[in-house]
Amino acid sequence: MLDVAIAYRRYQFLGNEFLTWLWFMIETDQNRLRQYDPDLLSLNIGSRMVFENTRNNAKETITIKGDDANLEEGLVALKKGAVVTEMHLSYKTVGQHWLFSLKGESLNISNLKLPETGPVETPEDLEGVVIEKVYLLEKVIGLVNNLFSQFIKLRVSDTWRNQTVSRIRNWSVS
Amino acid sequence: MGLLSSRISVTRYKVKGRLDGSVHETVYQSLKQRSIPNIEDDGSDAIVGWTSFENPYAPDFEGYSFVFGAHMVFALRIDKKSIPPKLVRKHCTLEVAKRLADTGRRYLSANEKKTIKDHVVLTLSRRIPATPNVFDLVWDYKEASVWFFSNLKSANEALETLFIKSFGLQLIRLFPYTTADLIAGLSDGERDLLLKLEQSQSER
Repeated sequence: MLDVAIAYRRYQFLGNEFLTWLWFMIETDQNRLRQYDPDLLSLNIGSRMVFENTRNNAKETITIKGDDANLEEGLVALKKGAVVTEMHLSYKTVGQHWLFSLKGESLNISNLKLPETGPVETPEDLEGVVIEKVYLLEKVIGLVNNLFSQFIKLRVSDTWRNQTVSRIRNWSVS
Repeated sequence: MGLLSSRISVTRYKVKGRLDGSVHETVYQSLKQRSIPNIEDDGSDAIVGWTSFENPYAPDFEGYSFVFGAHMVFALRIDKKSIPPKLVRKHCTLEVAKRLADTGRRYLSANEKKTIKDHVVLTLSRRIPATPNVFDLVWDYKEASVWFFSNLKSANEALETLFIKSFGLQLIRLFPYTTADLIAGLSDGERDLLLKLEQSQSER
């Protein structure tokens, strides 16, 4: 395996391309996402998305935030060559709802709000709550791992070059 | 920064290697050996060690209390003393004035001033209590995965260092490349292609 510090910088574009692809999939193919995660009811953009454009050696950052924010400006940014560097996501299964942010360069999860768990009122409650929290974390981390695995398999295939890139481009200008 | 917080940050790791002997006993001994010491009267500015999830201010790993179902849950604690610069400046000024008065001189050399500052910082750090920062972690030994509940660079670096010192196992942070290489289930051929990937130009 490559040196970790070198690999982090060399391939950080993969995380940003993953988020850009994920936005495209969320908007155009929820059914495919459900095939990747059978428990998935919906996956949607939450209240924040950050774009970065490094075209012409200048770094431009655009942040769109707010509930029900208009993402048209994000599409304009994509048309100009930007990629998504951070996004806030809303993940729902039957009766459960997760909110979290995902950063492209690190794939770190932040601001994660898990579905409600029972209260810890006695020391005996703690073990049950911990096991429940770990299960809920497993669900969301598993989702991220699963989606990224699907993306990376596509990314190293000819389909990415021959079809997916032009599909994303067409969607962003539609 | 914990598992029970209302908002959680997670950094994912893959654990490289396996422990010898009983997993729970080995982890218990290592946690005990590297548990956070009490530094209230120590001159050092930061101390890092393991603590228990349930009682982060009184580490106790007895009875394998870090085992929750199939997972091990414990915490990294970083006790850091931070001395306000204005306090250092005040005590240095007072000490310099006292030294000048005692010696009848008008100036002190740069070396003397540095010695006074070092002494002031050491004295203050012995008097000021350390601020504890607790970061929980979940270790799934079977899956060789660790979730660390902080995205702070300094906390993650402290974790990586203490983990290998304690357990002799390396933590590999999962970012795009390492996730692709270690988690995604790529074939050898796909891994070779991964190494050659460049940013998609036609998107730009």
